Amino acid sequence: MDLLIQTTSLETEHRVVLGGDIDAFTAPKVKETLMSLVTKPDINRITVDLEAVEYMDSTGIGIFIGIMKECIQRNRTFEVHKLSPRVERLFRITGLYDHIAIRKGESE
Amino acid sequence: MGPNRPQADVIQLTLPSQAEYLGVARLTVSGVANRMGFSYEEIEDIKLAVGEACTNVVRHAYKETENPGSIHIQCHVYEDRLVIEVGDHGVGFSNELIAEQLTPIYAGKSLEDLDEGGLGLYLIHTLMDEVEIRSESGVVVSMTKYVRQDGVAGNDWTISEAEI
Repeated sequence: MDLLIQTTSLETEHRVVLGGDIDAFTAPKVKETLMSLVTKPDINRITVDLEAVEYMDSTGIGIFIGIMKECIQRNRTFEVHKLSPRVERLFRITGLYDHIAIRKGESE
Repeated sequence: MGPNRPQADVIQLTLPSQAEYLGVARLTVSGVANRMGFSYEEIEDIKLAVGEACTNVVRHAYKETENPGSIHIQCHVYEDRLVIEVGDHGVGFSNELIAEQLTPIYAGKSLEDLDEGGLGLYLIHTLMDEVEIRSESGVVVSMTKYVRQDGVAGNDWTISEAEI
């Protein structure tokens, strides 16, 4: 059950690429990584690429809700782009799709 | 399996109630569903439903016991359907937990009102055709997915019932 996390830090933005399985086993690592980025100073945007995520369950939904709340409190932008079909399905059936800022297609 | 065989083939798996084994549970049911001929999308939905049921066991079942406990998974393979039961011998579900988990994230809610807690049972109900939650020596979540044939809705199973 592999988890991929790649982070790239630009001047005012952090980019995170997630891949593999996000479940209760791998979630703590994902949460820790995202939270550590959100709480860094001098950052106003976090983008997460979910195209390579093969499995995600409600544990992952919980992480994103937590991160989005944290971003609102800290006045930061949280965006997701390039959802894998499975993640899009999960976002839609849970209703998170209507709450999350999603950029499709372009990576820049 | 021969035609009209009423008895199910049963595949059982017992795992430690620990998050690191969730992937093993998903792989097992994915293998069973695959050999029954479910589509890729259906297999992924079944994996997700079973993943949610097992995650509930890991998170809630053995909170009050010192022993980490086990997750018991049974796959009942019928001609027309797959019945998966995920059970534990833990403390049981509270009504509050069930109510909380049956609610989706409503589009009308503001982000501040969203709960980071479980959506597990809601997802299971959404992804599977039939769901039953029983209290036995712990909790058993029984979920059924029908094999769709020739585009006919899978939950129309009266014919095969009658033949048995």
